[in-house]
Amino acid sequence: MKIFVCVSHVPDTTTKVNVAGDGRSLDPAGVKFILNPYDEFAVEEALKLKEKNGGEVIAVSVGADPAKEAIRQALAMGADRGILIKGDKSDAFSVAEMLAATIKANSPEIVLMGKQSIDFDGMEVAPMLSELTGMPSATVVVGLTIEGGKAIAEREVEGGKEKIELSMPCIIAAQKGLNEPRYPSLPNIMKAKQKPIEEVASTASGARTAVVTMTKPEKKRVGKILKVESDAKATAHELAKLLHEEAKLI
Amino acid sequence: MNILVYFEERNGQVRKPSFEAIEAAKSLGATSVSAVIVGANTSAAITDQAKKAGANKIVVVDDARFGEYSSNAAAKAVAEVAKQINADVVIIPATTRGKDLAPRVAVRLEAGYIPDVTQFSTEGGKIVATHPVYAGKANVTMEVTTAKKVFSTRPNLWKASKDGSSEAAVESSSVSFDESDFSDRVKELSLSQGKLDVAEADMIVTGGRGMKGPENWGLIENLAAAFGAATGASRAVVDAGWRPHGEQVGQTGKTVSPSLYVAVAVSGAIQHLAGMSSSKTIVAINKDPNAPIFAVADYGIVGDAFEVLPHLAEEIKKIRAH
Repeated sequence: MKIFVCVSHVPDTTTKVNVAGDGRSLDPAGVKFILNPYDEFAVEEALKLKEKNGGEVIAVSVGADPAKEAIRQALAMGADRGILIKGDKSDAFSVAEMLAATIKANSPEIVLMGKQSIDFDGMEVAPMLSELTGMPSATVVVGLTIEGGKAIAEREVEGGKEKIELSMPCIIAAQKGLNEPRYPSLPNIMKAKQKPIEEVASTASGARTAVVTMTKPEKKRVGKILKVESDAKATAHELAKLLHEEAKLI
Repeated sequence: MNILVYFEERNGQVRKPSFEAIEAAKSLGATSVSAVIVGANTSAAITDQAKKAGANKIVVVDDARFGEYSSNAAAKAVAEVAKQINADVVIIPATTRGKDLAPRVAVRLEAGYIPDVTQFSTEGGKIVATHPVYAGKANVTMEVTTAKKVFSTRPNLWKASKDGSSEAAVESSSVSFDESDFSDRVKELSLSQGKLDVAEADMIVTGGRGMKGPENWGLIENLAAAFGAATGASRAVVDAGWRPHGEQVGQTGKTVSPSLYVAVAVSGAIQHLAGMSSSKTIVAINKDPNAPIFAVADYGIVGDAFEVLPHLAEEIKKIRAH
């Protein structure tokens, strides 16, 4: 089974966001970049599929050289080789276009990725890739079984779950809960350094969106913090009164 | 400007974010707003809900095969209708289904797409959309650079349009589907009974690790019931297995913007704050006066949640009973 897993290199979740001098991007100073947490579920699922069916796991990323770190992390978890598409990843459609070209050239039987990258949070690449490759996709996937030439994906929806049947080959965008990603062992981290990462050129035809500004949300807070002195009931009464009379929420 | 809005139907109901999307479309100064419903044997009960939403026209695409929803086939339907009515803009509610559908429609229309929009403005005839990034730690304003434009709008931020003053005309549209369009099919939908989802709730009560264990969750549920709110959980609580991941609020959970967010025994890690700090009013209850959650709180109580919660639930119930 030829398995593709798309990975992205994103700021760590503990990052304090500062806006760069251009006024429309993240200032990377002091920011630690990691493998996108949702992609870890995709890599784990890819490795499980390989363990069951044999084959090869190929980790693909779009970006400049530092994106190789995300690929290395996937290789350390157990992926066999990597492909770095050297292109601009700031426009989701362009990313989908570049991935689609590489996928068409390699004909994988399944493509896995995280449901979203925790930088732009757009959740767009998997559905766009589905359109561009003609492979059906399912997003926010928390369960996956493949049998009889079909995939059954269980996905989270508002207030419940749904099961989607997909023809193969297909694209699966993973949600937390799909599996428990493994930690790379030290020998595997060493081995990953020797695994090949092929570089391919961008095939993007041009961005369809543009960022105008990036700002940090600013909000004035009322900041009325009460303290329970001796009588929790009295304090609860006071808070309820504020929510009723001042905030007018109840 | 011609705008097409996607109406999402589930279990015989048009879902609320669809009505909000109509309001968002009107705010852009649309000359005409049409709504498209894609389904199997779409009943009058459904089109009746849509008719009074303030759209100029309702377009129904009906095919028996939508008895098993397909994102791929629905994208074809919406894109075809957008072409038929010559829509300049397509707005799709940023629900789980909408976030899957909208990027597909954009590709089919060769349109740029901005996801999960929280605000629109028009500057010199251009539409500028705000989209939160890094789980809400920053906002970007963006423009679509193609002639046709697709947006998805975050639930709960526009009021639901139900003006009902005039009834829109209902038309059916014929879109021809191939079997291959239905390459993905929803076979089964299972909903937890009566549970509000945090992503769509107007009020949320979230419990953190300070609740000490799942056996104490009744206190959170009781307070949530008093408000009529959904229950959320911090990452620590989900990782400990006390609550399912679907309830997690924060950077690796759901990003929420309710009218009221009550954080109980949640310390307020940066990943959690990112996911909820755009809430309109934030209430924090924590016994640690230095907990970071108080820095974003509008109202709060420094005190033991185990003591405060039962009283607070009672007080809220009393006020709401009046």
